[in-house]
Amino acid sequence: MLRYTVKRLLQLVVALLGLSLLLFAWFKSLPGGPENRMLPDNATDQQREALREALGLDEPVWTQYGEFLGRAVRLDFGNSLSSGRPISTELADRLPATIELSLWAIAIAIGVGIPLGYLAARKRGTWLDFTAVSGSLIGICTPVFFLAAMLKVVFSQNLGWLPTAFRLTPGTDYTDVTGLRVLDGLITGEFDVAWNAAMHLILPAIALASIPLAVITRITRASVLEVLGEDYVRTADAKGLKAQTIRGRHVMKNAMLPVVTVIGLLLGSLFAGAVLTESVFSFGGVGSFVYAATTERDYPALMGFILVIAVSYVALNLIVDLSYGFLDPRVRVRS
Amino acid sequence: MRTSRTTLARRAVAASASAVIALGALAACGSEGDGEDEDTQNAEDFSFECPEREDGERAPDEAANEEQPFIFGTPGVPTSLDPVLASDGETFRVTRQVFDTLLDHDCTDMVPGLAESYEQNDEGTEWTFHLREGVTFHDGVELDGEAVCANFDRWNNFTGGYQSPSNTYYWSNFFRGFAESDPEMGVEGESIYDGCEADGLTATIRISEYTANFPGAFSMATTAIVSPGSLEQLTDDDMDAPDSPLPEYSQEAGVLAGTGPYKYVEWDHSENAVTLERYDDYWGDPAGVKTIIFRQIGDGNALRQALEAGDIHGYDLVSPADVQPLIDAGFQVPTRGVFNILYLSYNQVSGTLGDHAIREALSYAVDRERIVNSVLPPGGSVATQFMPPSLEGWSEDVVQYEHDPERATELLADAGAEDLELEFCYPTDVSRPYMPNPKDIFDIIAQNLEDAGVTVEATPITWVDYIDATNQGECELYLLGWTGDFNEAYNFLGTWFQTETTEWGFDNPEIFDGLAEAASEPDADVRAEHWIELNEMIMEELPGLPISSSPPSIAFAPEVYPPDVSPLTQEDFSELYFAAAE
Amino acid sequence: MTLAKIEKLDRLVEAGVEARTAEGGSLWHQSLRRMRRSPMAITGAAIVGLFLLIAILGPWIAPHSSTAQEWGDEVFLNRNIFPGPRAENWFGLDHLGRDMFSRMVVGARQTLLVGVVATLIGFAAGAVVGGVAAASGIFGGRWGQRIESVIMRSVDVALAIPMLLLALSIAAMLGPSLTTVMVAVGVAQIPIFARLLRGSMLAQAHSDYVMAAISLGVPKSRIVISHIFPNSLGPVIVQATLVLATAIIEAAALSYLGLGNPDPGSAEWGTMLADAQRFLAGAPQLAIYPAVGIIITALGFTLLGEAMRESLDPRLRREQ
Repeated sequence: MLRYTVKRLLQLVVALLGLSLLLFAWFKSLPGGPENRMLPDNATDQQREALREALGLDEPVWTQYGEFLGRAVRLDFGNSLSSGRPISTELADRLPATIELSLWAIAIAIGVGIPLGYLAARKRGTWLDFTAVSGSLIGICTPVFFLAAMLKVVFSQNLGWLPTAFRLTPGTDYTDVTGLRVLDGLITGEFDVAWNAAMHLILPAIALASIPLAVITRITRASVLEVLGEDYVRTADAKGLKAQTIRGRHVMKNAMLPVVTVIGLLLGSLFAGAVLTESVFSFGGVGSFVYAATTERDYPALMGFILVIAVSYVALNLIVDLSYGFLDPRVRVRS
Repeated sequence: MRTSRTTLARRAVAASASAVIALGALAACGSEGDGEDEDTQNAEDFSFECPEREDGERAPDEAANEEQPFIFGTPGVPTSLDPVLASDGETFRVTRQVFDTLLDHDCTDMVPGLAESYEQNDEGTEWTFHLREGVTFHDGVELDGEAVCANFDRWNNFTGGYQSPSNTYYWSNFFRGFAESDPEMGVEGESIYDGCEADGLTATIRISEYTANFPGAFSMATTAIVSPGSLEQLTDDDMDAPDSPLPEYSQEAGVLAGTGPYKYVEWDHSENAVTLERYDDYWGDPAGVKTIIFRQIGDGNALRQALEAGDIHGYDLVSPADVQPLIDAGFQVPTRGVFNILYLSYNQVSGTLGDHAIREALSYAVDRERIVNSVLPPGGSVATQFMPPSLEGWSEDVVQYEHDPERATELLADAGAEDLELEFCYPTDVSRPYMPNPKDIFDIIAQNLEDAGVTVEATPITWVDYIDATNQGECELYLLGWTGDFNEAYNFLGTWFQTETTEWGFDNPEIFDGLAEAASEPDADVRAEHWIELNEMIMEELPGLPISSSPPSIAFAPEVYPPDVSPLTQEDFSELYFAAAE
Repeated sequence: MTLAKIEKLDRLVEAGVEARTAEGGSLWHQSLRRMRRSPMAITGAAIVGLFLLIAILGPWIAPHSSTAQEWGDEVFLNRNIFPGPRAENWFGLDHLGRDMFSRMVVGARQTLLVGVVATLIGFAAGAVVGGVAAASGIFGGRWGQRIESVIMRSVDVALAIPMLLLALSIAAMLGPSLTTVMVAVGVAQIPIFARLLRGSMLAQAHSDYVMAAISLGVPKSRIVISHIFPNSLGPVIVQATLVLATAIIEAAALSYLGLGNPDPGSAEWGTMLADAQRFLAGAPQLAIYPAVGIIITALGFTLLGEAMRESLDPRLRREQ
């Protein structure tokens, strides 16, 4: 097991190094450097050239990569070209917003998706099943940004029920504890803040939840159907066990395994959705920051961000894989 | 002020002669080149500089003004709370509320700011400012000549990363450099700043060489006066590289105190929000609303929706497509005066456009009226030269190129360029104050050119690369523009036509020399004569086609009494307030 | 999480192998027959068929030019004047006075092109990566297995990067264009195809006919190229159908983020949808036409792909 762990770790370090090199080389080979972002429209060519030199952009790529890597290990990704602030600070400032939004979206997706999927499987072939299946297919096929925009047009702009942007009404006093606004409001007893933040979260969270919800509904339905057909369920049924016991102990428990794994998988698409949702709802999280960094060619910010994401994914990945190794001896043997 | 100024009215009439207001009349085709008054349909009394305000004063809602924050949505975030370290409008919009400059603008005219009056010597190298009495900074310090000199001395003595043009672009642009310019930071020029002398309430600033940037530079947001009390807390030695992070003091409220109607309360970086609060001892009229929050919202769509839903009370750079729906829904979209230029450049580097007849043909082909009438914000006008009509030096007698597709085809045929192919660049991911949605403008021009028989090769370039590409002469045709910083033709013409560049690719020593001569002329009236002549020469040369001057739109909620809007986008937010329901 | 993704892919592989080996080609036929009875497959095939028809015939069906601003002087976007549907222009005019119906019809082809090219890029590059990995794993001995391990580990890391993020950074690098979108979306699919093909090939390698070929002394390279590879394509083709739908949606997302096709001449649904977002207040129809087009098309491909997968998957088959 230890050998396996070490081996996996080493492989990942190599892979990450490769990734960082690839990213760096890629970003560096692009036309149009950061100096354009840093100067006004009418700066002269001499000013641009001088700034390039001052920034060390004329040094060999290898030197630049070495410096970049050295600093990246210390979580120093340099400064954002658009704001001039350290990228690590920018990311840290915005992470809670994205985490809060994602948690809500996942909560909606699980809270609605699992019961819906289960019901659809139980009532297979009925209108409920049909609605759940076709609804989830349409959910997967609707561009997230379009859904977000339509939700906003209908519920904020036309009906005026919910706010169109931000995490809190600007100017609201709140005490920062965890950075998750609803939770903070509940902890500190500022219930108006919690309510305010919750109102701001509803639409973006629904938009962001659309794809995970669709996927979870379908997976739950499929795996419940599968389990329902297994011999042990039939046996339990034949033994005359109470329907409730069968559902609880046998069907749901066994059907949940693939669902739980797929929820982990969804984190990736959740993140992609966050970029789009946050930019539609001006939510001020990492997503909109990355989007801005992309359009403004804020290379350092983009690189820092991709590295952070890659490392955390890979780390999570490793933990999951290792825990599988503990849980399921077959994995250990296979590797 | 020493120099006499022609009245707005005269120039307004002159401006309207060549401009068309968006009234839906689209008949003006096929008229002769030097279009005179009769073939334009416009409101004679419409001033393109500063349209008359039509709404009356409204009764303020005292309770709301004290309790409710005014939230202004912005398309971008400021870079620094200290204006000297910035060069962008998003920053200046905020810092202008907190700091005052020696000179100010009313409409486009230079008016007293912190200085009640000023004198300049004949050579334009000595500028004496007589400051207002009884002005105090937010930290209680009183304004005097010493305070002004302390600021200018500090700026001139910047070292290290402070000198980088990415931080103090405007200082090195106006004053050419620093006490000890550091080539490693990208500044090589020698400073023309020659010291400052204080005597009670006067401050005398000397420069070693006059340029037409003065006195405009003293009205620039970057030369706003910061409290000496704040300056004492700064060491200015914490930036050693051009890309060092901006100093801590410029990123959070606390240190910086100005003389403006508002003071800094907070800059919440994670929310992209800057909060200001009314300064009670302000020397002018106290601010209407107690708390103002500038809050960033990424795109125009989101801004409009936030305004409609009541999440914000106003926002800037309204997309032209949103203006009418907003007005219909009861929102206020006051029309700004025009103070910018959008142009189509005919780059001659590749040689194809070196032929004057071809440039002329293209100019006749482009339907600028359709652009102004259908895709630019209301209040815009077709441009006849490379500066807006509100500036001294605007000429009524430049060569004009009315839309005339037949003439364009003829000229192309005469020049033997029937199968002309041109690379036409336009920027993506951007909406500039002078050019909302460049692609729409590109689409229309491209269609016009195709109609005239030109094959257009569309070349979209991301905004961050765009300036570079167009500067290097990589595009034969490209769209670009400029918004003026202050009322001085040099701020426009000097931006483009100082010398032969790959940006334009033409060599006309007459223009370059004339410009240098004008720029060093300290007498504003004499200078204006030079500019008129230069404008005529430039339009004769036709290095590009000025397309339009169009005001970026700004919108406010129905319950807000908006401030006077400014052609220079220098609104004074202390003028606005929540109005009581009627 | 990656495991789950991998598991899903592996299951598809198993399904394909089972289909191939258990009863020879007949199971494919069975699947096809089953699909003919599935409403999902029929609906999917009908949508895809109609879409393909429009994509192919588009320029001949369109009543007007999709690019010329024929009614340019009737649209005033700064005054919110957008002529709606009328006898001449069934879907009304777009913001520059072009016929919306013609743009939709002609745009189908561009949209299909984006989807197909992106999928082909992912498929081709994925096939090379996965194929090389599998081939060296099967026949390359000890070193071959190391190579395979390195390749597959990199593929796993790539699988871990959110697809949109990958596409976003590629698009940011190449600058906005239709090619960029196709490359970005395609590249993001490489790891999926690589993983799938490699798994499929490894499974084939253990099948009886390969064993037989080896024992007969057929050269290894020939076994890989003419036996294992072609027989492993089944699951990959199913996946490709699903990827096509994703590619069309992703392309629209990239356009929305400003990285899409900036060429005003050609009509493409994703670009049209993204561009119309700014007119949502005054002229929502400009966004709704392309949005509905995209959703229905993606739905068609998804239905078809899912139906194919289900008909192949032995575990799901039992339920039907």
